[in-house]
Amino acid sequence: MNTKNKNMKSIAALDSIIASLVCILGGLLVGTVVLLLLSIVYPSIPASEAIRGIQIVLAGPLSSGNVRSILFNLGDMLLETTPLMMTGLSVAIAFKTGLFNIGAPGQYLMGAMSSLLIALSFPKPNNAGSALLIWLLAFLSGAVLGALWGAIPGLLKAVFNINEVIVCIMTNWIAANIVSWVFYSTGDRFINTAEVKTQFIRKTFTNNIETAKFGLDKVFPGSNIDISIFITIIIAIIIYIILEKTTFGYELKACGYNRNASKYAGMSEKRNIVYSMAIAGALAGIGSSLWFLNGQNEFLWNTYLSLPSEGFNGIPCALLASNNPIGVIFTSIFLRWIERGGFNLSGFTDYNEYVSALIIAVIIYFSGFSKYIKDKLSKSRTEKIIKEGNE
Amino acid sequence: MNNMAFLIQKTLIYSIPLLIVAMAGMISERSGIINIALDGMMIFGSFLGAEVVYMLQDAGILSGNPQVVFLLAMLAAAVAGALFSLLLAFSAINLKADQTIGGTALNLLAPAAAHFFIKVLYMQDKLVMPKDIGFVILNENIPEFMKPFFDKAYISTYIAIFIFVVLSIILYKTRFGLRLRACGEHPQAADSVGINVYKMRYIGVMLSGALGGLGGYIYIATVAGGTCNADVAGTGFLALAIMIFGNWKPGGIVVGSLLFGLLKCLSSTYTSLDLNGDGIAILKDLPLPMYFYNIVPYIVVLIVLILTSKNSRAPKAEGIPYDKGAR
Repeated sequence: MNTKNKNMKSIAALDSIIASLVCILGGLLVGTVVLLLLSIVYPSIPASEAIRGIQIVLAGPLSSGNVRSILFNLGDMLLETTPLMMTGLSVAIAFKTGLFNIGAPGQYLMGAMSSLLIALSFPKPNNAGSALLIWLLAFLSGAVLGALWGAIPGLLKAVFNINEVIVCIMTNWIAANIVSWVFYSTGDRFINTAEVKTQFIRKTFTNNIETAKFGLDKVFPGSNIDISIFITIIIAIIIYIILEKTTFGYELKACGYNRNASKYAGMSEKRNIVYSMAIAGALAGIGSSLWFLNGQNEFLWNTYLSLPSEGFNGIPCALLASNNPIGVIFTSIFLRWIERGGFNLSGFTDYNEYVSALIIAVIIYFSGFSKYIKDKLSKSRTEKIIKEGNE
Repeated sequence: MNNMAFLIQKTLIYSIPLLIVAMAGMISERSGIINIALDGMMIFGSFLGAEVVYMLQDAGILSGNPQVVFLLAMLAAAVAGALFSLLLAFSAINLKADQTIGGTALNLLAPAAAHFFIKVLYMQDKLVMPKDIGFVILNENIPEFMKPFFDKAYISTYIAIFIFVVLSIILYKTRFGLRLRACGEHPQAADSVGINVYKMRYIGVMLSGALGGLGGYIYIATVAGGTCNADVAGTGFLALAIMIFGNWKPGGIVVGSLLFGLLKCLSSTYTSLDLNGDGIAILKDLPLPMYFYNIVPYIVVLIVLILTSKNSRAPKAEGIPYDKGAR
């Protein structure tokens, strides 16, 4: 019985992998067709460019030319994956509890603000130990503030039964304004006046706060890569273990499957909603902490007019992975990979950089069909079994 | 009086796109399809609308009739939105895909496509409509009490209000409206009495797309001052919030969008707003930066939601793909 169950499980897993691959292939195919159509509409672009174009997009950072720029691009791509993976995880864990965390941009901003404030407020540390301590403090503060910000929609949902989507949208814009307000009221203290870039906050390396590199900058010369990508992968694995192997994780998922049933089984569904949103917020906050504590990334402080795209891009990242934390590791890398390819596309062909965004959108659109494909696969298998049984 | 007129004009300008796009979301969700792609539909519609204006200007057609140009652009935006929404309808209705995924994809697709075409067609990142196009209707010589509604007004305001009223009546007073709503509450029951659920949902989504595209064009022509940069500053998501705020009902949406428009207007004009007419802008002298006034609308919406949350209720079958075989 047990082995049979396991067998069924692995067949289902195989089905979902096949379905995902079919969706990605479909997306790429449509992407190629789009490129071909464009080359027909615009005579300046020859049709052969379409094939070359899709190759460049697919090769991602590998299509950057010589070895040096490939390594540089690869390193930067891995660094850029960090915040995306975290917001993807943030959206995924909320989805597992049946909540739509569209508030990741706000949580991301709050995390960025608190990390930067901590990292830049302390006097310049003169030894590695105290620098690491400040780094840790800044990192944790990002997670905590993100968690608190994420808990707001969770609390309002649990206590007042207000739709979390609307609260998330409101808190996003509130966060954007609070962050701007804080840096506006602190005057020149944190602003990058040294390089006359007053719309940016000082980079944290000016205060000797940088994420450790462990020689990665030697492997990928020229890029700003640090160990944050490994930190995020470990976090993703931890989230996976929490969700799949612990009672707490089971309660979160049960709340997502059927809120009333989990309540009936004696779980506190309200508490689980708040916890889930707080964890989601912490993850998004960690994403921005890691990004800005890298030391070389700039924060545009007067952000009240727009929300960070990393927050919203967590949604497709999670959806493409069917909200599986391990899957998010791969989808976030995949999305950044394609994006790099898109940059190269505008550099090496007559297409512009927005083509990669188009192709990513098409792939996400196709990823919605994975359930349909999975159903078809299992249906055809069942029919086959019935047929064999009859013979 | 002058200040009051100014306040009402500005409030209307901010409210109208929210009103019409929240209605767009409502129609789709009432038919049972979650439409998170309102932002994308707005962007797509706004791009096509701006494109039409640009082409007409370029060809020198109708240069003396800005209102006709405006009307044509709105029509183009609505048609573009409706066609664009077919993508959502197909994935959500025919392929029973997750509606959030489809919507998210459309939200990514619209700015990508708009950016792409603006770049290809004009070799620049945004499309700026000429300032002298004259969409604004000026009526300096009318009685004071009519000024808020007829001076410095946009024809889009009247059209949007008209469409809103007509659609509200259709949804609540006609057989078609009842059927559409039934598909969002209990599609199996609707099907059992011979209503074509797929067809109704297609109509719901396409109407939603048309209104979304229209709202997007109205937004860039009025609020954004005629610049199409493939972005509507999250207005689609705000409209989604207004729709939830309004409890998926036209009356609630009117209240929500007017309230939000008024607060938004206060936050953008507080430095020059003279409430009691003594020539002094009181709010300007308070030691509060603009960020405070920017936050106010969102806080107020949250407070109102907390106070009225008890009777919140979404269409029962929204987000669930309709499967004829399911019980």
